Amino acid sequence: MTRELIKGNVAMAEAAVRAGLEAYFGYPITPQTEILEHLARRLPELGRAFVQAESEVAAINMVYGAACTGVRVMSSSSSPGVSLMMEGISYIAGTEVPVVLINVMRGGPGLGNIAPAQSDYNQAVHGGGHGDFPRIVLAPASVQEAIDLTVASFDLAEKYRCVTMLIADGNIGQMMEPAELPEMRPLLRKDWPWATNGALGRPRRILSSIYIDPPAEEVANLRMLKTWLEIQKNEVRYKEYFIEDADFVVVGFGTAGRIALSAVRTARQQGIKVGLLRPITVSPFPFAVLDELASRAQGFLVTEMNMGQMLQDVQLAVKGRAPVEFYGRTGGMVPFPGEILKEIQRMATTKLSLTADPRQAWLERMLAK
Amino acid sequence: MNPEIIKPENAVYCRPASFTEVSTHYCPGCTHGTAHRLIAEVLDEMMLKEKTIGVAPVGCSVFAYNYFDTDFVEAAHGRAPAMATGIKRVLPDRIVFTYQGDGDLASIGMAEIMHAAGRGENITVIFVNNAIYGMTGGQMAPTTLPGQKTTSSPLGRDVELQGYPLRMSEMIAKMDGAGYVVRRSLHDPANIRKAKKAVRTAFETQVRGLGFSMVELLSTCPTNWGITPVESLQWVEDHMIPVFPLGDFKVSAAVGDIRI
Repeated sequence: MTRELIKGNVAMAEAAVRAGLEAYFGYPITPQTEILEHLARRLPELGRAFVQAESEVAAINMVYGAACTGVRVMSSSSSPGVSLMMEGISYIAGTEVPVVLINVMRGGPGLGNIAPAQSDYNQAVHGGGHGDFPRIVLAPASVQEAIDLTVASFDLAEKYRCVTMLIADGNIGQMMEPAELPEMRPLLRKDWPWATNGALGRPRRILSSIYIDPPAEEVANLRMLKTWLEIQKNEVRYKEYFIEDADFVVVGFGTAGRIALSAVRTARQQGIKVGLLRPITVSPFPFAVLDELASRAQGFLVTEMNMGQMLQDVQLAVKGRAPVEFYGRTGGMVPFPGEILKEIQRMATTKLSLTADPRQAWLERMLAK
Repeated sequence: MNPEIIKPENAVYCRPASFTEVSTHYCPGCTHGTAHRLIAEVLDEMMLKEKTIGVAPVGCSVFAYNYFDTDFVEAAHGRAPAMATGIKRVLPDRIVFTYQGDGDLASIGMAEIMHAAGRGENITVIFVNNAIYGMTGGQMAPTTLPGQKTTSSPLGRDVELQGYPLRMSEMIAKMDGAGYVVRRSLHDPANIRKAKKAVRTAFETQVRGLGFSMVELLSTCPTNWGITPVESLQWVEDHMIPVFPLGDFKVSAAVGDIRI
C-alpha cells in the first residue's frame, strides 16, 4: 500500500470499512461529519448498512440493536452528541456486546464550539453512562494512529465484549496528513455464541442489560470487573520519547501530547533533560509506567486541552512522590509548542512544590497573562 | 374424564409453540397476556419462530422476552424501534418486531417510532395502549383520556393543563413509509379475533417487505384503573373506543392485496 494525503475523519471511516464494519448509524455534528458522509457513500456501495438516524439517541440504539446480532458496528459523534449517547452506551456495556464509538471532541461545556478540545476525557474514562462497566478508550495523536487504532478498536471490542471509544479531537478529525490505510479485510461474520440473530436450530437467546434480581446483577457486575482487570493487564498502550535519562516528564495524550513532543525536542536541544509519555490507551491508563517514572523523575508536567482531567490520574500514579505541574488550554484553544516549552523551562529553573494545587497554580499563571 | 379423549388431534386450545413454558407476571385481568398470545399464534402459523427477533420495551411488558421462545433483546425506554432498525438493517431476512406500551411508544419514544415509520423500516410494532403507565404505578400517559384520574393527574386529566391524548395510529398512518397501521381492541372475543387477523396481516406485511406495520391494541389495566377486570373490559368499550376509534388507518395497496 502507499501513503496518501488523507483527512483524519475520512481516514477513520475508511479504516473502519476495511476492518470489516458492517453497519454505521450516526447523526451529523461538527467536527466529525466527514465520517458520516464518507460512510453514507461507502457502505451502501458495499451492500452494508448505513442509516442517518433522527438523533444521537436513536443512532446509539440502532448500534445497540446491530451489535446484538454480532456484526461489526460503530457510530461517531462529537462531544454534545456523545453526551446524548450516554444512556445507550451504558445499556450496551451492561449487555456486554461489542461496539466502537468515535468521539471527535470539541470545545464545551454545553453547545461550546466546534474547535478541538479534550474536555471529554473524564466522560470517556471515568464517566460515560450510569453504572459500573469496563471501557477501553484510545487517544490517537496523528491520522496514521487514528487509522491503526480504529482497526484495533474492533478487535478489542470483540475480545472483551465491551465499548471501545476513540477520543480524537477536532484537530485529528479535520487535519490532512500522509497516511497508509490497511488492506480491505474480507467480511468475516462470526457466529458468536451470544448473538441474537434468530434461533434457527438452536435454543433461543436473550440479550439484555436487565438483571432484576440484585444478586444476579452483582454477579454480572463482578464479571465485568474481571473483564476490566484483564483489559488492564493486557491492553495498556503508550509511547515514550526521550524518557531513559529524563529528569522531567511531560504527560499528554492525543493532540496535546503531539504538540508537547515538539516542545520536548526543542527543550532537549537546549540541554534540558525532559521526556514525554503519551498514553495511547487512556483507559486502561498506564499507571505502572508512571509509577516507575515517579520514583526517579524530578517533576511531571501534564498538558491537556482541558482544565486538568487526566492530571488527576497522573497524580494518582505519582502519589505525591514528585511535583506534578499542569498546563492546559481549554474551550477549543490549542496550545503552541512555545507555550509548553516555557512551562518546561520554568520547571527546570524554579523550585517546584510537592503540595501546591497544580490547577490553581496554572489558573493564576493564565490570569496573569 | 376419559383419557382417550386427550389426544393432540382433539385439542382445541394449547400453548403456542412460540411461547415458553413459564407463567407471566401480569396482573389478573390485564390484556398483555392476550396480546402476547396473538403474536405467538401468528408466529406459529407463519412458522417464523426461528427467524424472529423480538425487541422488548420498558414498562409492564419489560419481561416480554421471558415469554416468547424466540431470540429477544431488551431496549432502553422508548428506543425499541431504533434497536429494531439496527437489527433489521443487518439481518433483512429475519423478522423483527417491537412490543411497546403507550408511555414507551407515545411519550419517551415518540421520535424513534415516528422516524422508524417515516423511513419505512420493514419492522412490525405491536402497540399496547391502556391509557396509563402501569409499571410505575398508574401515572398519566400521553394516551390518558381527558378527565381520567391517575396518580399524576389526581383530579383527572385537565386538558387545559395537561393537553390531549395522542392518537398514534392516526399520526403514523400519514407517513408514506407506513404500509399497515390499524387499531384494534382486546375487550371481547369478537374484537380479539379481529386483532389476531391484524397481527397476522402486520407480520405478513413485513415478510413481503411492504414497509412499516403497526397494530395498536386497546388494552386494560384494572390494577391502575382501580376497577375490576370485567369493569375494565367495559371501560375500554365505553370510554377508550370513543377517543381511540377502531379501524384501518393505513393499508397500502400492496398490503390490501394480502389474502390470509
